[in-house]
Amino acid sequence: MSAKKEELRIGFYVCHCGHNIASMVDCVAVARSVEKLPGVALARDYKYMCSDPGQVLIQQDIREHKLNRIVVASCSPLLHEHTFRGATEAGGLNPFYFHMVNIREHDSWVHTDRQEATEKAKALAEAAIRRVAHHKALEIKKVPIHPDVLVVGGGIAGIHAAMTLANAGKKVYLVEREPSIGGHMAKFDKTFPTLDCAACILTPKMSEVGSHPNITLWTYSDVTKVDGYVGNYTVQVKRKARYIIEDLCTGCQDCIPNCVFKEPKFTDDFNEGLGKRKPVYIPFPQATPQVVVIDPEVCLNFKRGKNPDGSPIVSDKCKKTCVEACGEKNAIDFTQKDELKEIKVGNIIVCTGFKTFDAGRVPAYGYGTYKNVYTSLEIERLVNASGPTGGEVILREGKNPDGSPKTPKSIGIIHCVGSRDKKTNIWCSRVCCMYSMKLAHLLKEHTDAELYNFYIDMRTPGKGYEEFYNKLLEEGTHFIRGRVGEVTDWAMTPEEEGKLVIRVEDTLAGVVRRIPVDMVVLATGLEPQADAGDVRRLFNMSCGGDGWFLERHPKLAPVNTFTDGVFLAGCCQGPKDIPDTVAQAGAAAAEAMVLIDRGYVEQEPNTAFILDQECSGCKSCIPLCPYTAILFDEERKKAYINEALCKGCGTCVGACPSSSIVQNLFEDSEIFSEIEGVLSYD
Amino acid sequence: MKYAYFPGCSLKGTGKAYEESLLPVMKHLGVEMQELDDWNCCGATAYMAVDEGKACAAAARNLAIAEKSGLQQVLAPCSACYLVLNKTQHYLHEYPGMRQTVARALETVGLRCEGTSAVRHPLDILLNDIGLEAVKQKVTRPLKGLKVAPYYGCQIVRPYATFDDQTNPTTMDRLLEALGATVVKWPLKTKCCGGSLTGTLPEAGLRLSYILLKEAIKRGADVIATVCPLCQFNLDAYHPKISARWEPVPIPTVYFSQLMGLAFGLPDNQVVLHRGMIPMKPLAAPAPAAAAAR
Amino acid sequence: MDIKRTIKYEADRVSGFGREVMAVPGCEALEHCIQCGTCSGVCPLSIYMDYTPRQVMELVRSDFKNEVLQSHTIWLCASCYACTTECPRQIRITDIMYELKQRAIKEKVYPKRFPIPVLAEEFTKMVHDYGRISETWLVSKMYLRTNPVAALGMAGLGMNLMKTGRFSLKQDKIERRSELARIMESVDQQNQKAQA
Ligand SMILES: Cc1cc2nc3c(=O)[nH]c(=O)nc-3n(C[C@H](O)[C@H](O)[C@H](O)COP(=O)(O)OP(=O)(O)OC[C@H]3O[C@@H](n4cnc5c(N)ncnc54)[C@H](O)[C@@H]3O)c2cc1C
Ligand code: SF4
Ligand code: SF4
Ligand code: SF4
Ligand code: SF4
Ligand code: SF4
Ligand code: SF4
Repeated sequence: MSAKKEELRIGFYVCHCGHNIASMVDCVAVARSVEKLPGVALARDYKYMCSDPGQVLIQQDIREHKLNRIVVASCSPLLHEHTFRGATEAGGLNPFYFHMVNIREHDSWVHTDRQEATEKAKALAEAAIRRVAHHKALEIKKVPIHPDVLVVGGGIAGIHAAMTLANAGKKVYLVEREPSIGGHMAKFDKTFPTLDCAACILTPKMSEVGSHPNITLWTYSDVTKVDGYVGNYTVQVKRKARYIIEDLCTGCQDCIPNCVFKEPKFTDDFNEGLGKRKPVYIPFPQATPQVVVIDPEVCLNFKRGKNPDGSPIVSDKCKKTCVEACGEKNAIDFTQKDELKEIKVGNIIVCTGFKTFDAGRVPAYGYGTYKNVYTSLEIERLVNASGPTGGEVILREGKNPDGSPKTPKSIGIIHCVGSRDKKTNIWCSRVCCMYSMKLAHLLKEHTDAELYNFYIDMRTPGKGYEEFYNKLLEEGTHFIRGRVGEVTDWAMTPEEEGKLVIRVEDTLAGVVRRIPVDMVVLATGLEPQADAGDVRRLFNMSCGGDGWFLERHPKLAPVNTFTDGVFLAGCCQGPKDIPDTVAQAGAAAAEAMVLIDRGYVEQEPNTAFILDQECSGCKSCIPLCPYTAILFDEERKKAYINEALCKGCGTCVGACPSSSIVQNLFEDSEIFSEIEGVLSYD
Repeated sequence: MKYAYFPGCSLKGTGKAYEESLLPVMKHLGVEMQELDDWNCCGATAYMAVDEGKACAAAARNLAIAEKSGLQQVLAPCSACYLVLNKTQHYLHEYPGMRQTVARALETVGLRCEGTSAVRHPLDILLNDIGLEAVKQKVTRPLKGLKVAPYYGCQIVRPYATFDDQTNPTTMDRLLEALGATVVKWPLKTKCCGGSLTGTLPEAGLRLSYILLKEAIKRGADVIATVCPLCQFNLDAYHPKISARWEPVPIPTVYFSQLMGLAFGLPDNQVVLHRGMIPMKPLAAPAPAAAAAR
Repeated sequence: MDIKRTIKYEADRVSGFGREVMAVPGCEALEHCIQCGTCSGVCPLSIYMDYTPRQVMELVRSDFKNEVLQSHTIWLCASCYACTTECPRQIRITDIMYELKQRAIKEKVYPKRFPIPVLAEEFTKMVHDYGRISETWLVSKMYLRTNPVAALGMAGLGMNLMKTGRFSLKQDKIERRSELARIMESVDQQNQKAQA
C-alpha cells in the first residue's frame, strides 16, 4: 500500500548572473514559459540567485508556497550546486529535491543568437522540470575518520608534513625506503638563494623526527599494500632486514672500523659513487635514525645466492669482528628477516620526491666517456665538507707533476640537461638554473676557477633569486646564452690540448665558440622516480603524461589527489625547490587535519546499488569498477557494492547485462524524463 | 639470402673500389645480390635542394622496381642513396600529399610503390642477418695489429637511426673486431667529412676532411675505415690539396669491405687496395698455421 | 668609415613567408624553436656562415624572406643532419634548409657565381637527361659555369683519379629514359595544377 502520491509543487528560478546570462538569454521569457508546465507552482527570474537575497527567496517560497521541488537555471553545478542545495535544505526540504540547469557555460557563453539561446534555455529548463519530479529524498552518509596519518617518503617534504601533524598531536607513521631520512636535501652543502648550510637547517628537523613521541619512524621500509578508503585505510609495510636490531643499536659505530674489511671498498650511493663504504655502514654522519646497516650483498658473513624465500644465505664464514666490537649491546643479528607490519590510518601523504635525469642519455655531453664530466649531484657531494673528499674539489682524471690530484682551473656548467628537450623530458626542471648558480658560486669559492654557465634562459622566479643572479654576475661568472652542442676531447688549438672542449653558439653574440675547460658539470633535470608507476597504482593516484603525480586541480587543489584522503607534497608532484616543497608539505598536513578534526567524511549519495533479486551473479561489473567497490557474496552468488568506496562513476550501471544496478540521482526514470523534456520542446 | 642491390652512381664511378670489394665479400658469405633492373640515380642531396617532389618520385621509381622484382630487401651501400631511399619511404608514409603525387606520377608508366620494401645498409645486413659468427668463420688472415679508426660519417645513422646509435654507432667497430683488427676510439666517428663542399667550397669542405685525418693519426690509427663513397673520396683523393693547404696527413682511407676481403684472404683484385692514393702499411706476416693452410 | 643601416622595418618582412615554409611537409616543427643555438653549436659549417642556423630559423619564422634566401648559410649546409638529430624541439633543420634552397633556386636569388646551387642544378639536369650521374662530367660543368680558372687547379685531382683507375669520361645512362622523364613531367604537371 503506497501512500497517496504527493502533489508536485515545483519552484523554478532563472538567474540573470548580471549580464552573463541575461545578455544572451531572455530570462523573463524563460520564466514565463516554464510557469505553464505541469507541476510548476511558481517561476521567477532574479538578478543573482547565488546572493543571500536569492537564497532567502528560495527558502521563503518553499514555506509560503509549499514548494516540494526546486530547480535553478544558472551557472555550472560545479560552482553553486552546493549553495542551492543548502538553500533548499534551509527552507525545510531534503537537499536532493533540488536540481540545477546550466544555462551559462552551456548556453549564454557559447551562443551568439539571443533568440536561439533563449529557446535552448527553455528546453533545458523543461528537461529539469520533468527530471526533478522523479527525485527522491537522499541522505548524505557520514563515515568516521581514523586519526592516524601515513607519510610516505622522508625527504624534506615528508619530514615537514610529519612534524606539522605530530606537533598538532596527530600520530604519524613515516615510512622511508632508504636507511636514513633526509632525501636529496641531505646531500647538499649549501642551499640557494641564501646559501645557508643544508645540514644546519635540516639535521635538527631530522633528529626531532627521530625522537618525536607522535612519530613512528620506519626507515629501510616499503609500503607494499593499501586497502580501504578515505578515513579507513589499512596499509601493509615491509621493514627490510638491516641485520641490526634498531632498538639495541646505540649508533656508537664501533662496528665499522672493526669490520674485517680494513678499507672501505664498496660503492657508496649516498656519495653518488664518489666514495667507498664497508659492508657495515651508516650513510652519512647525521643519518636518522643513528643505526647502521649491513649490506648482505658484500658482507662476508653471507653467501652469494638466495634462500627459497628470497632472503640471503648466512654463511657464518666471517670472523665477525663487528659483533665483537658491538659487544654486549648485541645489536647485530644476521638472522633478521624482512618483517611485515599492518597499520590503520585515515589519511596518507605521499612525498616520494624525484630522481635526477640520467646524464648518460645525452651522449653528446660525454658523461661516462670523459671522466671529468660530472653530474650536479656529484658536485654537491664534492663541495660538501662531509663529502668523500672533505670538500676538496679535485678532478677524477689528471694529476699534477708531483702526483697530487688536480684542481680545475676552468669549469663549464651546462644547464637544462635532459630538460626542455622533446627527446628526453619536455618540462623545465625549475631548480637547475638556481642550483647551477649555487654550484658556480661554491666551485669558485673552493677553486677560484674561471666559471662558465651555459643556459638557454635564466629562470630565477623566486624571492631573492634574481638578486642571487646579480651576485653571480658580480663574481665574474661568465653567462653564455646557448645550449651546448657537444663536449669533446679533440683539440683544434694548442690551448685546447688535454682539455674538454665545449662547442656552443653564443647566441647573444651570434658566434659559435669553442671553450676549453678542465671540468664539465651537467645540470641534470628532475624526473619522476623510476617506480612512480607502481607507487601511483598502490595509492590509487593519477599521473600526468609526463609521469608526475597529478593534483586534483592545478590551482585550487594542489595537494589533493583524485582519491580522497590521499595527498601529495614535494617533488613527486612536479619539480620544485625547497621553499615550495615545504609550503606544500604544510598544506598537505593541514588538509589531512581538516578531515581528522572534523572526524568524519560526507559522501555524495550518487552511489550505485545492486537490486539484489535482479542480480544474476555474472560478475561482469566487478572488474569494471575503477575503485574496486564491487564485491561478491560467494554464498548467495550476488554482487554488492561497498557504498563507501563507490565514486558514482556509473561504469557498472551501464555494463550490467540484467540492468540490476541503479545509481542514485541517475535512475532510469530521472534520465529518461530529462531526455523527454529536451526532446518534447519544439 | 638474396637482396636487391642498388649500387648508385658513385659505386660505378669514383667509388668503384667499394663495389669491387663488397660483391666478392658478400658472395663469399653466401649472400646473393641481384642488381636492380635499370635503376636510376637516387637524387642524392643535390636533388632535394632543387625539387623535393621530383626527388622523391625519382627515388620511388627505384623502390617500385624493387617491389616489382619481388625482392623486399634493398641493399644500398652508398650512404647518400641509403638515406635518400629511406627518406623517401618516410615521406611517402608520413605525408599523404606526397604519396599521392608520387603514386600518380609512377602510374603514368605503370609502376606502383607501396612502400613495402626495406632499405638496408650492408653493415645492418652483416650484423643482423648474417651475424658476426659467420663472418668470423671466414676470417683466414686476422687483421692482427692493424689499428683502424671506424668512420661512419653522417648519413647512415642520421637522421634515421634504424640499426645503430645516432651519436655513438658501434656496428662497424664490432665488425672490425671480428676481423681481428684493433679499433681506435675517437670522437669523430660521425662527424661530417665536408660532403660535396670539398669540391664547391674547398676552404670550408676540405677543412673538415683535414680535421678527421689529423685526429685519426693523432689517435694512433693506421687506417680509416669508411662506409661511404663520398667520404672515401674526400679523405683520399684530396690528400695533395689538404697537405698543401694545411699539413701532410698521410693516412689511408679504405672501405670496410676492403678490410673484410683482406681478412678473408681474397685475391688482390677483389680487395683493390691499389685504388687508394695512400698505400696501406703491409699486414704482419700471417701466422705459420694460417700460412700453411693457404 | 662606412656605416650601414641595420635596422629592420616592418616593410622589410614578407608577411606570411614563415607560415608558408612551416606548412611544408617536414618543416612544421619550426614554430616550436626556442632559439637555444644547439643547431649552430653542432653544425660543422656554422663557422663559415653569414647567419648561424639558429638565426636562419628565426629569420624564417619572422618572415625575413629576402635575408634568408640570399644568405650563404643555406648553401653551406652539407646536409649532415647533426642539427636535426640534436635539436631539443625535433625541428628538421636540414629539411628546412632544403626547402629554402629550393625557393632560392626557383626565385633565382642565390649569390652570383656561387658554385653550390649551380652544382645542384647541373646535377638535376643530368639525372633528368640520363637518369644517372657521371661525376667527372658533373664537376667539369660546374666549374665551367662558375670559376673556369679554378678548374685548372682541379686538374691534379683528375690525374690522381686517373692513376688509381677511378677516372672515366663515359656518361652512364639508364635504358628507359623516357619512363623517368614521364614520371618527372607528371610531378611538374601536378605541381602546376596545385599552384593554379
Ligand atoms: C643538484 C640539486 C641541487 C639542489 N639545490 C637546491 C637548493 O640549493 N635549494 C633548494 O631550495 N632546492 C634545491 N634543489 C631542489 C630540492 O632537492 C628539492 O626541492 C627537494 O629535495 C624536494 O624534496 P622532496 O622531499 O619532495 O623529495 P626528495 O628529496 O627526493 O625526497 C624523497 C624521499 O622519499 C623517499 N622515497 C622515494 N620513493 C619512496 C617509496 N616508494 N617509499 C618510501 N620512500 C620513498 C626517498 O628515498 C627520499 O628520501 C636541488 C636539487 C638538485 C637536483
Ligand atoms: S651495531 Fe653495535 S657497534 Fe654497530 S653502531 Fe650499533 S651498537 Fe654500535
Ligand atoms: S660480518 Fe664480517 S664482513 Fe660483515 S660487517 Fe661484520 S666484520 Fe664486516
Ligand atoms: S630551471 Fe633553468 S636549467 Fe633547469 S630546465 Fe629550467 S631553464 Fe633549464
Ligand atoms: S558506480 Fe563506478 S565507482 Fe560505483 S560501483 Fe559502479 S563502477 Fe564502481
Ligand atoms: S636547435 Fe632547434 S630549438 Fe634550438 S635554435 Fe636550433 S632549431 Fe631552434
Ligand atoms: S645539416 Fe646543415 S645546418 Fe645542419 S648541422 Fe649539418 S651542415 Fe649544419
